[in-house]
Amino acid sequence: MFVPHTDTEREEMLRAIGVDSLEKLFEAVPSKYRFPKLDLPKALSEMEAMQQLSDLAFANESARDLVSFLGAGAYNHYIPAAVDSIISRGEFLTAYTPYQPEVSQGTLQAIFEYQSLITSLTGMDVSNASHYDGATATAEAAVMAYYNFRGRRNKFVISPSVNPQYRETLRTYLQGHDKIALVGDAKDADPLLKPEDLYGLIDEDTALVIVQYPDFFGRIFDYTALAQKAHEVGALLAVVINPIALGMLKTPGEFGADIVVGEGQPLGIPLSFGGPYLGIFATRSDFIRKISGRLVGETVDGQGRRGYVLTLTAREQHIRRERATSNICTNQGLIALASTVYMSLLGKNGLRQVAELCYHKAHYAAEKIGSIPGFDLCANAPYFHEFMVCCPAPVEEINSLLLEQGILGGYDLGNDYPSLKKHMLIAVTEMNSKEDIDALCEILEEVNND
Amino acid sequence: MTEPTIYELSSPGRRGVRYPDSDVPQAPLPTDFIRKDLPMPELSELDVVRHFTNLSKLNYSIDGGFYPLGSCTMKYNPKVNEQTARLPGLAFTHPLQPVETVQGDLALMFELQEWLKEISGFASMTLQPAAGAQGEFVGVMIIRAYHLSRHDTKRKKILIPDSAHGTNPATSAMAGFDVVGVPSDARGNVDLEELKKVCDDQVAGLMLTNPNTLGLFDENVLEVIKIVHEAGGLIYGDGANMNALLGIARPGDLGIDVMHFNLHKTFSTPHGGGGPGSGPVGVAKHLADFLPAPIVDIIEEGDEDTPPLYGFVTPSKTIGRVKSFYGHFGMLVRTYTYIAMHGPDGMRKIAENAVLNANYLLSLVRDKYHLAYDRICMHEFVVEGHWGDAPEVHALDISKRLMDYNFHPPTNYFPLIVPEALMIEPTETETKQTIEAFANALNKIADEAHSDPQLLKDAPHNTPIGRLDEVRAAKELVLCCWMPEQNA
Repeated sequence: MFVPHTDTEREEMLRAIGVDSLEKLFEAVPSKYRFPKLDLPKALSEMEAMQQLSDLAFANESARDLVSFLGAGAYNHYIPAAVDSIISRGEFLTAYTPYQPEVSQGTLQAIFEYQSLITSLTGMDVSNASHYDGATATAEAAVMAYYNFRGRRNKFVISPSVNPQYRETLRTYLQGHDKIALVGDAKDADPLLKPEDLYGLIDEDTALVIVQYPDFFGRIFDYTALAQKAHEVGALLAVVINPIALGMLKTPGEFGADIVVGEGQPLGIPLSFGGPYLGIFATRSDFIRKISGRLVGETVDGQGRRGYVLTLTAREQHIRRERATSNICTNQGLIALASTVYMSLLGKNGLRQVAELCYHKAHYAAEKIGSIPGFDLCANAPYFHEFMVCCPAPVEEINSLLLEQGILGGYDLGNDYPSLKKHMLIAVTEMNSKEDIDALCEILEEVNND
Repeated sequence: MTEPTIYELSSPGRRGVRYPDSDVPQAPLPTDFIRKDLPMPELSELDVVRHFTNLSKLNYSIDGGFYPLGSCTMKYNPKVNEQTARLPGLAFTHPLQPVETVQGDLALMFELQEWLKEISGFASMTLQPAAGAQGEFVGVMIIRAYHLSRHDTKRKKILIPDSAHGTNPATSAMAGFDVVGVPSDARGNVDLEELKKVCDDQVAGLMLTNPNTLGLFDENVLEVIKIVHEAGGLIYGDGANMNALLGIARPGDLGIDVMHFNLHKTFSTPHGGGGPGSGPVGVAKHLADFLPAPIVDIIEEGDEDTPPLYGFVTPSKTIGRVKSFYGHFGMLVRTYTYIAMHGPDGMRKIAENAVLNANYLLSLVRDKYHLAYDRICMHEFVVEGHWGDAPEVHALDISKRLMDYNFHPPTNYFPLIVPEALMIEPTETETKQTIEAFANALNKIADEAHSDPQLLKDAPHNTPIGRLDEVRAAKELVLCCWMPEQNA
């Protein structure tokens, strides 16, 4: 399909190689298994493929066709047109990892700016070039902490209010290390515990304490005292953030966090059914040489002109091989670029405005839902743009009712927390108008009347 | 020439995007939690667009020219893929929507799983891994889980041939294994005698890159697999070089137990300046229960009138989740589009012409460059970028000089078993004329290396910036910039 050769050219090439057929090039392949017949559908033209994919797209109802109040780790935000226009440029889209800096300054400077923006946003000293997503960035934080203590500290304390998928991912990443214990989110733990409830678990064997801000239930806590507790015994604190929340909220840096990780999807990345997203990873300068993943640094060329290169590569898998602490090769290049363009377009005031729009609309929605008989707001703490509602009926039933009216309801917390059956997690962003919220409430009122 | 940073372009009060005013009453802000300052740049939309457009012009790309980066399969990335991935019905579905509302997404994923299984000869497939390196991790964790499920706890070793990909040792270590190297023989195959010596009852598996990083198909592949299997180990296939095997051989048929794909290599999804990748993993039947959860399956069979209902299932002995949600869906849409447009014959044509192009290019440069292993190659080949009679010139100098001829350099210094390696992969989408032009440049540089070595040492001469001081970058470590007032 995308092979340009004519038959004549192909023959000329075979002659130059010194073989008389294409088949001759494959004689090293065991003959018994050579040239299998593949049972695949017959090739489509571009026009037919476009139609087939359009049909598949049409079989979905997207968050843009519906009014969405679904979050729980992926958020429906407006993406300014310039974001996609920039990342669609072939010069960015079809380049690879910038191994050759002389012909990759565009990608390198963009990553350097990404690192800078993440540093500004999180209040940390240094950011890497990104990880795969929030879940893997969280796992990489634990791996970094583990190696920071050279394997001498084996306990990881994690709050049950950290995104359940991040906790699952972390468990998978640490499986190969038999001695490691992950505590804090046992099945019988109170999912809504407060930061101070974790103090008792932190001891001299603790490498890292992991909490989320806002947490999975949307709540915001001050982690200053938790950071102190961790530091008193020499442990580190990692905070999982939502970058939009940091448009208005205090940074984890101000709490004394050592590592900040998070899902960068809200920064101009489409929902895209769960990926590709963006793993934010930032830390204090003490740990620069222990960060996994790519880092871009500023330097000069022979004539003193400013330029950028991949740096500290000696930490990476292709040099350290089995002594590397991570096998990561790439970052989320293009997605990090999208977030860089997004943050540049919104800037200081735009980011603050989006954060406040989310905050005010969520609070309007929460107050209104909380006043519907049968629905209770169970947030016992300040919250940002997501909040938990205790419902008078199973969440699945309520969501079916909402879907009939074109509304995508909140997340069913009973999926992950048996004690939170009939609890719905509702996310509100700048995309939700007052009318949307009022419509949601009208339907919820009917639920209770049934 | 130097483009200012986004911070240097900032002007207080400028806005690049406006949002509607709030239509709800203001809630009191949580004053204890409000940040004092947000030290981020302020620019207009044109400032931003011009800045990134200027930056883009400093990049080399496939759209702009030939990119023969060995092991990376820098083939053309069809534009239609970008359009299909952006169809609003696909791009704006939330991963936690009720499955009834995302049957299009799930049908696409299910069918793609089936296609990848058919192409590779595996029984089951996960689309979850975010990149090839994560696919490797999944594969090795599956090997670990398999042995543990049989209470075979002594298998702590992973064997890695010296012609394997660089990530393999790091991956094995991440999964808690000890790494044992296996040398290559004189033809670039895994050395069978050496392999037998290290195959014992502690071997969990062997990670096989085939074709290997020399671009050679292991002539003893069936024997290698047999030896490891007889020792009770499993074979991990590194699918990074799958572009050479589409429609040529199915790794599952050869006896490989588990393998990852790199969709961004073999199936034309864009490399994006270093990601996102996508690394689905296929497994033979005996490993299906260990795949990461969840995977897409039919949860209610359909009939003539109604399509089946797709949903998610959890394999019974799953190693767990390795990332949020289900994989890099956007990359899966591009891959689906690409495979749909090729069909069975198109698949084989990809591999045949990738191998044709590599061998043709090799035939054009073999007189001037020393070839470590002189055989018919697969989709790529490795030459030595060094000559005894031009001792001051190294592979890196050749690479830098290629930029002056408007080509992207090959991969340098990998694989480690070839001194001064230049690893060259032209891919099937390049024309005969492009390959000839590149060969001419390489041959001319070989002459220059002898007649004017300093020309190479000082290269590149025609790029936006010269060779950069990497030592200074690592020593002074400037990893971010700040708002100008913060520098004070």
